[in-house]
Amino acid sequence: MADEQVILITGTRKGIGRYLAHYYAEKAFRVVGCSRGEVDYELDNYRHYCLDVSDESRVKNMFSEIRKLYNRLDILINNAGIASMNHVVLTPLETVHKIINTNYVGTFLFCREAAKLMQKRRYGRIVNFTTVATPLKLEGEAIYASSKAAVASLTEILARELAPFGVTVNAVGPTPIETDLIRSVPKEKIKALLDRQAIHRFGEFRDIANVIDFFISPKSDFVTGQNIYLGGI
Amino acid sequence: MKEKDRLVRTIFRAVDEYNRGLSEGGPLEKSLDKVLFGKSGRLDSLGLVNFIVLIEEKIEEEYGMAIVIADEKAMSQKRSPFKTIGRLAEYVSQLLEENKNG
Repeated sequence: MADEQVILITGTRKGIGRYLAHYYAEKAFRVVGCSRGEVDYELDNYRHYCLDVSDESRVKNMFSEIRKLYNRLDILINNAGIASMNHVVLTPLETVHKIINTNYVGTFLFCREAAKLMQKRRYGRIVNFTTVATPLKLEGEAIYASSKAAVASLTEILARELAPFGVTVNAVGPTPIETDLIRSVPKEKIKALLDRQAIHRFGEFRDIANVIDFFISPKSDFVTGQNIYLGGI
Repeated sequence: MKEKDRLVRTIFRAVDEYNRGLSEGGPLEKSLDKVLFGKSGRLDSLGLVNFIVLIEEKIEEEYGMAIVIADEKAMSQKRSPFKTIGRLAEYVSQLLEENKNG
């Protein structure tokens, strides 16, 4: 079945999304990816779209093409996300809009369009991205953490709304991983954060892929509305 | 008139497909004024969701335009565009016009 499955991953230009695109392409999934810019890699069973995940008409058009090309979508991984460390008093409104648009609006839009395609075959797996910054209530990450709290809530409710369509909706909340997203965070802050995990190490891409593998397995059809935090939060 | 016929035929194709996928409940009728949704309607909320998705798909096949039927305007209208196929056709026709011009 894996060789026929179509998986859509957002934010595949770098970091976790890039890893997941390669990981699932190697597993013989048909991978569709997107990001604001072009990717610097080519994979046999990978197709890329350049778009902003919160741009409704571009997103609609991409889904139309997926429908025409494959007439199915089995899995959606809503990985695209941006962060910005800042004290609330120093946070520009423009930054808030950008974070909410990418992290929350983008996730909503992709869930909505994916559900339309998935419900045709009464099968689908959606995995959203949350963050340990929410339960850890990290200072300086108010907007990022709250945008992801919204994603967690969206996940729980969509799990119920989409259950009749055979679509499960779950979320994975990574710990800090050494990606661009945390490049600007001071080292001592990261250390303090890792110390609050049950297991005091950086997360790795494979940790996330492992949870996603579980959520997207056809056997996981009784697992929905769940949010798994890594590292023991 | 021809344009309206084309649109209604397109929506009726969505009705056919909806009826083919029915596992329970009666089929939808190809009628412009039978109540679809609401107290005396044939569709429950999930049925309406399925039907709207099918219409969006058929519209795209026929007109090459990706529209979102359940948009802000549709949801806020006093006279629901989802009540009958006739009203849906009127609403979709407006959306197609806006899409052509915009």
